[in-house]
Amino acid sequence: MEYWSAFFVGGLICGGAQLLIDYKFSQIQVVIGLVLVGVVLGALGVYDWLVDIGGMGALLPMSGFGYWLIKGVIATTEQNVIAAGANVFRLVGVEIVAMIVLSFFTALICKPKG
Amino acid sequence: MRLRDNYRQAVKKFQPKPSYVANSLKAFFIGGGLSVVAEVLRAQFRMNMPSLTAEQAVLLLFISAAVVLTAIGVYDDFSQFAGAGSTVLITGFANSLASAALEHRSEGVVNGIAGQMFKVGGAALVYGIVAAYLFGLVHFMR
Repeated sequence: MEYWSAFFVGGLICGGAQLLIDYKFSQIQVVIGLVLVGVVLGALGVYDWLVDIGGMGALLPMSGFGYWLIKGVIATTEQNVIAAGANVFRLVGVEIVAMIVLSFFTALICKPKG
Repeated sequence: MRLRDNYRQAVKKFQPKPSYVANSLKAFFIGGGLSVVAEVLRAQFRMNMPSLTAEQAVLLLFISAAVVLTAIGVYDDFSQFAGAGSTVLITGFANSLASAALEHRSEGVVNGIAGQMFKVGGAALVYGIVAAYLFGLVHFMR
């Protein structure tokens, strides 16, 4: 059952994004929009509910990235301005660091194709 | 300004119409399928990890897969086929970093790879971080 809900949550986000891309917007604009939607819904507490339902289907799109950005700031006991700056990267730091390091070494080793 | 509008009007007849339904159905099924794969992996990881670590591990696997597929040149074809089903996911973000770095490798290690890596993906990162910081501050002041 949880697989079906993950399928529908992830699929609906991707399908809606594809509609927006076909309609008017560029891919970068849609990705930025999804991140902002994730941040806003995460701040309002709606995205927690979506993650409860969809699991990885809600975390895998870029809105899940935005949700983790805001969740790192909000969901701690250190509620002050200095800690907020560090906590932005508390949850997504793993992903960002992995992307940068892996991309760096692939670019060193491989040649561009096509 | 009028010239550009006229040009758009004149060109519009010759542009192919995007097939909305087929494209978004493809994105729907591919995005949903990848989500199910991620959910299965999370269920496997959860048996011997805390749930947050399991989620991060799944995302790490997806990122590594996307970067490796970009390196061997398969991801572009897949992304062409899947549309938003692959670009909107975290794999698309990883692909944008890796492909920008690969593309500029001939310009050198500093100016090419390191300098141009965030050429495409940086925009999403900037907006996300600014919004998250502002909303976090608003949350504290409440």
